[in-house]
Amino acid sequence: MGAFFTDDDWRVLAAAADLVIPPDPLTGAPGGATGGVVHYLDQLLGAFTYDPPRIWAGGPFSGRHGGDASFGNWFALRPVDELAWRTRVEGSLGRSEREVNGPTVGLQEHYRAGLASLGPDFADLSLEQQQERLHAVPDGFRDRLYAHACEALYGDPVYGGNRQGSGWASIGFPGDVQPRGYTDDEVRGDP
Amino acid sequence: MTNVDADVVIVGSGPGGATFAEVVTAAGWTCIVLDKGRNHLIDALPPHAPKQHFANDELRFMERHFLGPDPLLEPRSYRRSADTDGDRLFAGDVNNLPSTVGGGGVHADGKLPRFREDDFHLRSLLGAVDGAEVDDWPITYADLEPYYAEVERAIGVAGEADPARGGNPFASWRSGPYPMPPGADMFGATLSTAAAERRGLHPYRAPTGANSVPYDGRPACNNCGFCGFYGCPIHAKGDPIAMLSRALHTGRCDLRPECVVTEVLIDGTGRRATGVRYLDTSQATGAHDAPVVEVHARFVVLAAGAFETPRLLLRSNPAGGLANSSGLIGRHLTFHFQTLTVGAFPHSMLGHRGRAVTHLHDDHIVGDDHQAAAARAAGLPWLRGGIVEHGAAAGPVLEAKTLPPGPLHNEAMRRSDLRDKLWVFTMQGEDLPQHGNQVDLDPRLRDVWGLAAGRVTYQPHRHEIAASAYVAPILEHVLRDAGAEWAFTTTSPPVGDLTELDLLNPLGVAPASKHWMGTCRMGSDAATSVVGPEQRFHDVENLLCADSSVFVTSAGYGPTLTLAALSARAAHLLTDTPRERHY
Repeated sequence: MGAFFTDDDWRVLAAAADLVIPPDPLTGAPGGATGGVVHYLDQLLGAFTYDPPRIWAGGPFSGRHGGDASFGNWFALRPVDELAWRTRVEGSLGRSEREVNGPTVGLQEHYRAGLASLGPDFADLSLEQQQERLHAVPDGFRDRLYAHACEALYGDPVYGGNRQGSGWASIGFPGDVQPRGYTDDEVRGDP
Repeated sequence: MTNVDADVVIVGSGPGGATFAEVVTAAGWTCIVLDKGRNHLIDALPPHAPKQHFANDELRFMERHFLGPDPLLEPRSYRRSADTDGDRLFAGDVNNLPSTVGGGGVHADGKLPRFREDDFHLRSLLGAVDGAEVDDWPITYADLEPYYAEVERAIGVAGEADPARGGNPFASWRSGPYPMPPGADMFGATLSTAAAERRGLHPYRAPTGANSVPYDGRPACNNCGFCGFYGCPIHAKGDPIAMLSRALHTGRCDLRPECVVTEVLIDGTGRRATGVRYLDTSQATGAHDAPVVEVHARFVVLAAGAFETPRLLLRSNPAGGLANSSGLIGRHLTFHFQTLTVGAFPHSMLGHRGRAVTHLHDDHIVGDDHQAAAARAAGLPWLRGGIVEHGAAAGPVLEAKTLPPGPLHNEAMRRSDLRDKLWVFTMQGEDLPQHGNQVDLDPRLRDVWGLAAGRVTYQPHRHEIAASAYVAPILEHVLRDAGAEWAFTTTSPPVGDLTELDLLNPLGVAPASKHWMGTCRMGSDAATSVVGPEQRFHDVENLLCADSSVFVTSAGYGPTLTLAALSARAAHLLTDTPRERHY
């Protein structure tokens, strides 16, 4: 049970996340599920259950390369920032202040509809059946899930994905390096 | 005039507004600087500590609109032309420059070249081009040189003037050295510059507004690699925190973030500005309860950028725009036409280390006999490209999104042909000014405060397309000679009919350069220009423009240093503290 998804939702989405980014048993690279795609989505879709909302992580340093860890100090949102992000996450829901230029379908609505289309038995289907159902979900669900999966695996772990840095480790990316940075020799590629 | 709140009110705190504030406060004047964005840069209250808000965080800076403007709050619309797209092709993010204290300076990677002498008089030098409004600037390089030198010192530009030590052999004369030596050369650039030299090109060490040594109380850049599109976590980039800091420390600069200027106020004669009206959204609990505030000043300076400055003028007078007797406000919009040639190498290019771009070459601006022949073949009198940046690819989130989903994802990310092994040439091609390319007000779209959204109407001139087509094979050759296994070229904006692929391209359909210029062009003739040579509006004598709106031509160089130098010049002339010319 997360901030937004139920345990059943979680199982279905984890299976779907593994379709868009399958794990690689040869290299040990994480797939969508182990890489934390559902954790990431749960934190984004449930961002407003936290105070401050988990939209913009803090700065300047993660603490992984020196300095005090401050990414966990999430920024407070101004009223208009909250308006924008609630519209993006929850949808405009017919509220006039969120529909200055027309309605917006929220990420929560997209994922609820997607979960309904995938079906509660999704995780138990064969890979072939799963592919078929995932492709059949309307409104660009698969592309949206893939984009979020990319953000999850290769964004900072503070956003919920990239569990233990597994996404970065699988591609040899060092992530943030402040305040250490790189020496001039490292920049030039000198040994 | 009675009861002014300050000598000058400045709209916008980016490189133009910050420079203006520094110069006028140094002259003893007072100023109020308004910015509609949040302040993540420097405390407006004493002791004006730099803020610690920036980070190596790809999601916050690349995906979540942290620096603004959020397209849900402040949508823009885009069309190529009314004929092709009607009122608009789409609405949302149209080449959004940051809306935050510090403006575009915050996210820029700080490449700060000067223009060359030629750039100020292309019409006289090279002649007219059909379908374009190529004109001379009303000022010369010599007029601007002292101010180039001043803003290079103000920002802190690291560079090399001597061609024997990696300086630009085509650069125009300078009255003094760069304030700092260049930073470390990126590994990828050592390969691409060697190959460029084998092709007869003249790559040079890029003048960069990131400290190579401690400077002005700020530390040296530590090469973290998160440069373009990110604020600097350690404030090694000087633009524009250095100027804002000095202005604030005089005690004569009142920086007010989150203040959305709704109109410029004009007196009964219609020829004098009295101040501005704004919404103080920092005092609001929602979108519609921000207090309306008026400030009055002897001079009003617009430095909101070449998109927001014309938008503000057009909405300030619903009957055709303020200061718009020429009808040219918003017109002659230019970007840079980007030619992006990428090459994938069999090894890491270490692009995540260093200042994102450490070398440039100017050869396609300067041209040669082959380029002249290509112009003739295209039926054009001349062709000019732009600086070519030798640089790294973007971060892994963007790389991943560029790849397709499914079983190939992991292998493609591990190989990283599109990031770790990629090297990128970006040419910022000169974009010829055209009457039909413009910023105006969208007839329907509104921002969260109910103000008409800005609309961009833009299509490249065939000059830009021909220049790009001529240069691209040269760039591909250089990358392959440097060791790339393959190379290919795209452009921004895309050329020809829009395809599915164009709609998927992360660069988008609108020009992606983030270089906006030309919407209030300067000139001596009030019938054919909007502001005069001292950057005062022809129609409103105490209203000035201090951003890249005033550019007459786009040149092929990043606009920041030139717009800052122009702003410094305008502020010095206004306060009667001109700099001496050196020649």
